[in-house]
Amino acid sequence: MGKSPLLSVTGLSARVADEEIDILRGVDLAIRPGETHAIMGPNGSGKSTLAKVVAGHPTYETTGGSVALRGEDLLEMEPDERSQAGVFMAFQYPIAIPGVSIANFLRTALQARLEDGEELDLFDFQELLMERMELLEMDPAFAQRPVNDGFSGGEKKRNEILQMAVLKPALALMDETDSGLDIDALRVVAHGVNRLREENPEMAVLLITHYQRILNHVIPDVVHVMYRGRIVESGGPEVAMELEARGYEEYRKAHVA
Amino acid sequence: MPSNEVIQGLGLDDYKFGFVTDSEPVFRTRPGLDADIVRQISARKDEPEWMLKRRLKALKIYEAKPMPKWGGDLSELQETLDQTYFYVKPQEQMERSWDDVPDSIKETFERLGIPEAERKILAGVGAQYDSEMVYHSLKEEWEAKGVIFDSIEDGLKNHPELFRKHFGTVIPAADNKFAALNSAVWSGGSFVYIPPGVRLDTPLQAYFRVNQERLGQFERTLIIAGEGSRAHYIEGCTAPVYSTDSFHSGVIEIVVERDAYFRYTTIQNWSNNMYNLVTQRALVRQGAHMEWLDGNLGSKLTMKYPSCYLMGEGAHGDILSIAYAGDGQHQDTGGKVIHVAPNTSSSIVSKSISKGTGRSSYRGLCKVYDGATNAKSNVECDALLINETSRTDTFPYIEIDERSASIGHEATVSKVGDEQLFYLMSRGMDEAEAMALIVRGFIEPIAKELPLEYAVELNRLIELEMEGSVG
Repeated sequence: MGKSPLLSVTGLSARVADEEIDILRGVDLAIRPGETHAIMGPNGSGKSTLAKVVAGHPTYETTGGSVALRGEDLLEMEPDERSQAGVFMAFQYPIAIPGVSIANFLRTALQARLEDGEELDLFDFQELLMERMELLEMDPAFAQRPVNDGFSGGEKKRNEILQMAVLKPALALMDETDSGLDIDALRVVAHGVNRLREENPEMAVLLITHYQRILNHVIPDVVHVMYRGRIVESGGPEVAMELEARGYEEYRKAHVA
Repeated sequence: MPSNEVIQGLGLDDYKFGFVTDSEPVFRTRPGLDADIVRQISARKDEPEWMLKRRLKALKIYEAKPMPKWGGDLSELQETLDQTYFYVKPQEQMERSWDDVPDSIKETFERLGIPEAERKILAGVGAQYDSEMVYHSLKEEWEAKGVIFDSIEDGLKNHPELFRKHFGTVIPAADNKFAALNSAVWSGGSFVYIPPGVRLDTPLQAYFRVNQERLGQFERTLIIAGEGSRAHYIEGCTAPVYSTDSFHSGVIEIVVERDAYFRYTTIQNWSNNMYNLVTQRALVRQGAHMEWLDGNLGSKLTMKYPSCYLMGEGAHGDILSIAYAGDGQHQDTGGKVIHVAPNTSSSIVSKSISKGTGRSSYRGLCKVYDGATNAKSNVECDALLINETSRTDTFPYIEIDERSASIGHEATVSKVGDEQLFYLMSRGMDEAEAMALIVRGFIEPIAKELPLEYAVELNRLIELEMEGSVG
């Protein structure tokens, strides 16, 4: 692997602001461009927290360690700056913005990336949006609906993938994107992620998941197991298979010991 | 005008400035109000005797009525009134030069994207401008159809019978203290008459004629939409009104005759020292349809409740209102629907945004009289709070004297939450852009009803306001 890491997480510890106990307790992780990593772990292991801390969620404060994107300190940046630097998080629970269409939302997000005084060309945007929706095999009418307002679980996740397709991040953090999806919706979402990976082989993906099943559709290069705020094991896709078979019991024992 | 008049506040929190003019008045009454001043106003306007009598009678009513104790805080208003010049001859307002307008205001206009010509009007600079041409060609078209679109003064002068038949019939002087005050000292405003069956595609826009006579502090507008006619009237604009006044009390009377459709749109953004107390009401006859689209921004206190009196069978009234209360501002707004006849229907949709220490109150009345069978009314009021210090209240009054009435009321309060902000920021918008997008979405159901240029201005204004809400 000749490439230097896109994302470097070193000794990261973090907690919910104003609380006493760290949820992340020294996480080390390096993702190179083009790699797909999966993080698995039981409830409360800190895997979602890791994604949110990298994206800059205001609920959390870091208590140690560092997070860098292409060597730049992410922890010093506001969430919007991180987004503009190339970080994208697909939310586990996407938020509704009543009265704002997906198209308008994305236009505003792209406009925010331009210099002051520069105006996004509406026709260019329309073209881009249509092209992206075609790539993901989406009905163009979808873009006219208000963001996540009255959406089914599957629609919310598809909207996240559409946003990712339009914003073209360097690093996609997928926070339990598979949770609550039936198998058809899961396939659609996985298919979308794969199309984007094919299109941009440099894009790195960090998949946070409970279940092995999404990894049948989005094949990871590396699988990490997270337990009690630390990465306790890393390996190839076989790690996920083994986990599925034997569960987290041995980590629990090791932790107690 | 005093030799040095400091003009304060644009209504935008970020723009504090002082501005000095030295212009001398052509004519104005002395501060305060009495019968002699009312006589002077009437004489200046060369009015018929009946109008002078009406004014004097209204003055007595005004003096007799106590200051309202409900709504907003009016405890300091009397002091303002004692210092108010109740009549200032409009021409003096036209003498200000564009060069005298402070850069900060020009910059605000620039950022709002207001056309050059319109900026001058807003700044009180009386200049001829391009839309004059547009106005003249429209005016010819309207005149050919028998439409009257005049200043209220010219309405009284040129159409005395029509004027007298309707003036004060929708809102009598005795209606409330400020309607009485307006009836005594009114000056400026529009007189509109749409003949039966006439349909206008282009809205009648008040600013077409603002440069002929400046919109007064005590504007009075009378509109008669003839049987089966259809028209839209637009007044005001989202840009901050640059004014030396600190009190505005208008009266808008509209008669919507049988089977007519009339929409009245007003968006106003007053400077933040302003008391804005307005009475606007429509009488809606059989089968007719009235729509109020009302936007209130700025001011210290606004009390304004557009009303529809549904007088004839099958009449319909809609009230859409947006209020924005910034720091230190109180918007006490809403609407009134009065069902007098059978099979009448109405809806009120009210949206308010409170930012900083701003306070918005929804105050509404739905009344159904005995005999107004099968009346239907639906009220929806939604409040959005931007900061922890922002406040909102709801005062829905419902009086039903008819068993068959069907009344719905729904109220929601939402706060801009951390999760919502984070979601938007994680897509690359900064906090102000994120706030502005949330607010725009919130008012979208009403904003989409606005003419495009007004919707664009409103959106830009919200962006400016949200810049001030962060940090």
